[in-house]
Amino acid sequence: MSDIPALEVENLTKKIKRKLIIKGVSFTLYPGEVFGFLGPNGAGKTTTIRMIVGLISPTSGTIKIGGKNVRTEFTEAMRHLGCIVENPELYPYLTGWENLEHFAKMDASIPKSRLQEVVALVGLSNRIHDRVSTYSLGMRQRLGIAQALLGKPKVLILDEPTNGLDPAGIREMREFIRTLAREENLSVLVSSHLLSEIQLMCDRVAIILKGAVIRTDSVQNLLAEQERVIWKAEPLSLAKEILEKETEIQEGLDGTLITLYDEPLLPEWNEKLVQAGVKVKEMRTQLPSLEDLFLEVTGGESID
Amino acid sequence: MINLVRNEMLKLLRKKRLYVIILIIAFLVPLFTYAQFKEIQDQREKMGNQDWRTVLQQEITDTQNRLSSSRIQDEWRKYLKIRLSQQQYYLENDIDPRAPGAPTFMRIFVENSIDLLLPLLVMVIVADLVSSEASGGTIKLLLTRPVKRWRILLSKYLAMMLSISFIVLSVAVLSYGISGLVFGYGGWNMPLLTGFAVSGDELLTENVHIVPQWQYILMEFGLVWYVCVIVGTLTFMLSVLLRSTAAVMGIMLASLIAGAILVNMVSSWESAKYFFMVNLNLTNYVSGMATPIEGMSLGFSMAVLAVWGIAGFIIAFVTFSKRDIY
Ligand SMILES: Nc1ncnc2c1ncn2[C@@H]1O[C@H](COP(=O)(O)OP(=O)(O)O)[C@@H](O)[C@H]1O
Ligand SMILES: [Mg+2]
Repeated sequence: MSDIPALEVENLTKKIKRKLIIKGVSFTLYPGEVFGFLGPNGAGKTTTIRMIVGLISPTSGTIKIGGKNVRTEFTEAMRHLGCIVENPELYPYLTGWENLEHFAKMDASIPKSRLQEVVALVGLSNRIHDRVSTYSLGMRQRLGIAQALLGKPKVLILDEPTNGLDPAGIREMREFIRTLAREENLSVLVSSHLLSEIQLMCDRVAIILKGAVIRTDSVQNLLAEQERVIWKAEPLSLAKEILEKETEIQEGLDGTLITLYDEPLLPEWNEKLVQAGVKVKEMRTQLPSLEDLFLEVTGGESID
Repeated sequence: MINLVRNEMLKLLRKKRLYVIILIIAFLVPLFTYAQFKEIQDQREKMGNQDWRTVLQQEITDTQNRLSSSRIQDEWRKYLKIRLSQQQYYLENDIDPRAPGAPTFMRIFVENSIDLLLPLLVMVIVADLVSSEASGGTIKLLLTRPVKRWRILLSKYLAMMLSISFIVLSVAVLSYGISGLVFGYGGWNMPLLTGFAVSGDELLTENVHIVPQWQYILMEFGLVWYVCVIVGTLTFMLSVLLRSTAAVMGIMLASLIAGAILVNMVSSWESAKYFFMVNLNLTNYVSGMATPIEGMSLGFSMAVLAVWGIAGFIIAFVTFSKRDIY
């Protein structure tokens, strides 16, 4: 991982109609990393992304893509960027190939051969000469990515790329994004309101809430703090008695007990239960929900 | 820039708007050709069995009689002389001035379509040029390329100019080609009078002169093109300002139709002459019709239109370069 940032966002703010919507967001993307931008709906993910890609101008703050300032060196900065903001909206009355040609023509540095490359990369070769109006959402998403990759960007920005996809599509998209980052040394910024998604895809994550980044950390660090274990045991009351001595517990709704995930201590707790004659039927880890995570990092402030 | 304009033309063609326009024109021209044909027949019947040469000869004699009268003003005398030479030309060259050829039909067709039909067709093409990108969301992809915003808008504006030129050209070709089947294709050199001016209730004839019809038609098509570009520019501006193509069309349609109505009733509301839509009928100045409001002239109307056009152009480019895209 090189130290020159692919994308640098510093102290970004945006006021819309005298209301501060983005309140000083800063983060940095390094080459080859997948960076998650996590926050509930309305947190300001899309607004921040729109500023990064130059669609709206920030009220204050700077954005550099590959070292180029988006406001003062717009064209140079855009050479290093590929993006999909919200839905992948392409021209429905053109074919996939014509759409790509259209966008390739806008940048003289893109050779014709690049079109075939990106089409193969996103696996659309079979349908590329059909009209986009006949595409499924997943295919549109892939065409959108093909379009974003045309200029061999250093930074790829995807705003909720798995929104609306079916489970198979979501998995495919995830793997695809990881492969891209690995093989093309791309930095990818992925926004999402689903922790599960970010967790499987990203190296680092910034959590945004009400227009402010409340925490930036590696995914492992974040999850480790909040991962939980769910116990199903009989008799329940005895299990509860024993575990209570060891750690903090909560009772689940369906006759389960919930404790923190503490890897070195787990086998010990289990042993104690077994020795006391408790039948441990099930022991599984549960990822924290986004809400849990927010509660933790905000110290109990509610999301909305 | 050429690549950008090509992109815009491709999108325009794929949206099939231009074909629709051509179809509309190709449908209307035969309709008007038939109407014109009926009118000529009607006139012939009214004249009875008289030969048109006899009628024309009578008119010439009439003019000559008036010229020989001594009480006539100099200016009027000059005008009558010009008319006389026009009538004599018709007679000598065996041209029936009431039986038009295709060029005459072309002329009448553009004169009647300059203030409403052609602006409407232009509006149909231009209205969604920018607004459709905004409402379809494709503007987000368009504006995140390494191309400055004003260049993207300029490419759209140039595509608009090309389409307008194409529409005007199609009107010329289709009206000539189709009406010629009925009226014949001759008549390019027929002499016509132009240079009339209006002052108060008076028709000023001092600058009246004869031009061959082809020159007259060329002039009128130039004016038609100019009007279309101005209407196009204003529609273009609205298309930048509004996300909804329907709203753009609504506003333009309302102004154009308001213009067509106002022309007939604003003679005493003088400042109405600064509206762009009462200044669209530029060909009327060439043929010497009365102006809707006193003090209007070809130069005045062209200047008013130019001011509106330039303002629209500037507003479109400034807003588009600065605006936040949500
Ligand atoms: N054009 C706008 N005018 C007013 N408020 C807006 C506008 N766009 C977004 N917002 C507000 O900004 C906040 C952030 O929105 P957004 O960036 O779309 O959130 P996210 O993408 O994280 O779901 C929301 O509260 C939304 O209501
Ligand atoms: Mg969003």
